Amino acid sequence: MNFLAAIGSVITSTYRHTKGVSVLFLQTLYWLVIGPFKGKSARKQSIFEQMVFAGLQSAIIVFFVTLFTGIVIAMQSAYQLSQLGATIYVASMVAISLARELGPVLTALVVAGRVGAAITAELGSMKVSEQIEALETMALNPVRFLVVPRFLALLVMLPCLTIFGDLLGIIGGFLVGVYNLGLNPYRYIDFSFEFMVWKDVWTGLVKSVVFAITISMVGCYMGLNTRGGAEGVGKATTVSVVTSFVLIILFDCILTGIFFFSNL
Amino acid sequence: MPEKEVIIKTEGLKKKFGDRQILDGIDLEICRGETFVIMGGSGCGKSTLLRHLTGSIKPDEGEVYLLNENIATLNEDEMDRIKKKTGMSFQSSALFDSMTVGENVSLPLREHTKLEENVINIVVKMKLELVGLRGFENLMPSQLSGGMKKRVGIARAVAMDPEIVFYDEPTAGLDPIVTAVMDKLIVDLSKALSVTSIVVTHDMHSVFRIADRIAMLYEGKVAEIGTREEIKTSKNPYVRQFISGSPDGPIKFFRQKDDYLDSLTD
Repeated sequence: MNFLAAIGSVITSTYRHTKGVSVLFLQTLYWLVIGPFKGKSARKQSIFEQMVFAGLQSAIIVFFVTLFTGIVIAMQSAYQLSQLGATIYVASMVAISLARELGPVLTALVVAGRVGAAITAELGSMKVSEQIEALETMALNPVRFLVVPRFLALLVMLPCLTIFGDLLGIIGGFLVGVYNLGLNPYRYIDFSFEFMVWKDVWTGLVKSVVFAITISMVGCYMGLNTRGGAEGVGKATTVSVVTSFVLIILFDCILTGIFFFSNL
Repeated sequence: MPEKEVIIKTEGLKKKFGDRQILDGIDLEICRGETFVIMGGSGCGKSTLLRHLTGSIKPDEGEVYLLNENIATLNEDEMDRIKKKTGMSFQSSALFDSMTVGENVSLPLREHTKLEENVINIVVKMKLELVGLRGFENLMPSQLSGGMKKRVGIARAVAMDPEIVFYDEPTAGLDPIVTAVMDKLIVDLSKALSVTSIVVTHDMHSVFRIADRIAMLYEGKVAEIGTREEIKTSKNPYVRQFISGSPDGPIKFFRQKDDYLDSLTD
């Protein structure tokens, strides 16, 4: 009976949170699209600050994560491909797996851990110290004022970081291919892009857009619904990051399925 | 007291949080220009009542009229228009800690008016002068003491020249001298800006220094309402116990707030 009750409470809370996040997403779109026509756009300064924080300052971590991933995929695939005498295909392997899969997902996970956590912690502390309520009493909508800049910043910066990460991963593979496997650098570059089609790139970018929406919405929702002081902020931040991680992998699975089975 | 324009009115206001009846039928009339104090023990619903008056919480039953408009019938834009005519000073001061003192005070002006930058700077200086903090524009809230933060919060609350200013526990956690300064500030601001002030507090010294009229809340109901003198000389046993601060009397002792318990046992 306890087991059933536990399942029941998980289902009801999942439903409640899904509904909450969806409502927040619609409100964000409202303020993003309708707001400017009512003379109530988000503050440019705040959008700029968020872009610097979410984008530029994440670049260094994305740099290391994707560079090393490129190196690892190159070594792992070389181990298999060398048995077939086809080591040159390491280049295509690295490039395509990064563009389609690892670039968007790893970048999103890094950004969820760094930016998503920061969003929840910041909005959560603002909530428990009455700052969100203060905004409301000043007739400033928290969604317009706090959520829209963070949403926009991630929506623009995450795809940019993903492209940056794709290229760095390819450079990582290049280092292994040229300096360790002894491949010709020009042939390596040729093979990196020869088998890559436009679809490999755009499906990766569609994923990163979906991940950006996920990270910003989960982060803001958890922050704005924080309760119970400093302890509550800690809890909300943990839940936010874990939820984003799981959702990123889930949406990745769904999107890959759609791209795989459809003839787009 | 002479006939005055009623600026805030509640009728049969009721609110429940979970199983607890926080407000149980509140009828109040607050007139333009007066300083009205809502007092009562911790957990008696006075902060909840204040949040109904500001329009941040909607009642379960009953009506709230703010500046002659029934706030239940207003849409978001109309509510924003009303909110721009009110200001609120928070218990925890609620300054935006990513912004300087000056940016905090200027935020409503920047967002709601089309004033030039130099005019905004002048207004910010004037508002900070009112609370005795001119010259602190470029400090961050974390560099200020608790009392200074509250004064900046008040400067921010009056930035838009509101008709009504709400104060939630303006003197909680301040030493007696700063408390006296805050009380004087609230009285001076009411006179200087001729605003209506609604103050929630349980500090009896403050109450008698600032109030024109007082309502005492007990268990979600108005136990007594009257002028400062009427409350001072009231025979109501609840009021007598509260003023004298005696542990024995009709008021039951409870201090825990529900949400605190929740946060520990969640």
